[in-house]
Amino acid sequence: MSKKTKAIAICGVMTAVAMIFSYIESLFPIPIPVYGVKLGIANIAIITVLFVVGKKEAFIVNIIRIALTAMLFGNLNSFLFSIAGGFLSLVVMIGLQYTKRFSTVGISVAGGVFHNIGQTIAAVFIMETGAIIYYLPVLLISGIVTGIVIGIVSGLVVKRVKSSFFNMEN
Amino acid sequence: MSEKKNWKNDLILVGVLLAVSVLAFVIINMFVKKPGDKVIVKVDGKVVHELSLSQDTEVIVEGYQGGYNEIIIEYGYAKVNSADCPDELCVHSGTIDKSGETIVCLPHRVVVEVISGNNEIDAEVR
Ligand SMILES: [Zn+2]
Repeated sequence: MSKKTKAIAICGVMTAVAMIFSYIESLFPIPIPVYGVKLGIANIAIITVLFVVGKKEAFIVNIIRIALTAMLFGNLNSFLFSIAGGFLSLVVMIGLQYTKRFSTVGISVAGGVFHNIGQTIAAVFIMETGAIIYYLPVLLISGIVTGIVIGIVSGLVVKRVKSSFFNMEN
Repeated sequence: MSEKKNWKNDLILVGVLLAVSVLAFVIINMFVKKPGDKVIVKVDGKVVHELSLSQDTEVIVEGYQGGYNEIIIEYGYAKVNSADCPDELCVHSGTIDKSGETIVCLPHRVVVEVISGNNEIDAEVR
């Protein structure tokens, strides 16, 4: 397989994986009465594409994941929420990736935190109340904690995909 | 070697974000969390009820696309007692009584928010 074919294959598989993760997560809402608190396991697939294939590809995979997940399992509300969180977190993760200074853990934590900030902003607009800001500290802390876990798992996945698909460390 | 450097940067990033979170928590608790005396109920951004926290009552509101949320006020607290939304997060949100605290029912676009009447008067005087 050429390098390009491998990249396309990884993107396809990771889009599917991200969608399955998003679906599983929507089945088990975390029993915290604050919107936006999610594990974000779909981010494992996005970070894998970001580290193994590239920034542009990670962006495309995430947009496709959000659109398809909303069409298949969601509604307009959940679409607005995931696009606000997913878009902001992706922009931040890609921005940090340009600096080449962070591992999957740093990228994942920033992504988790900004995912929750994006969702809070969406909630303020959808619900037309500023009081949701009150829950921001909880959302920030939960974004950091879940981001660390997701980042560690992503690091392992990136290592495996790199070595088994490319037989090299680049 | 570069991996070691990355870990250090990760640690700094996590530290900065933690500091911001704690700061946000302190600011919100000092400036936002005040005892409230009124409860407003909004459906799709429009205020449909304004209730006093010191008076026990019960109201049922209709969601913006149907469905209901039963909101009760007792012992100075407000809560969503029952609802027919799919996630029922609003029912499990517990009680609220501090200014700025909210219970949100996203599927029904219903917001129950505690406000402080004194704050409004203060704002008007200034
Ligand atoms: Zn509800």
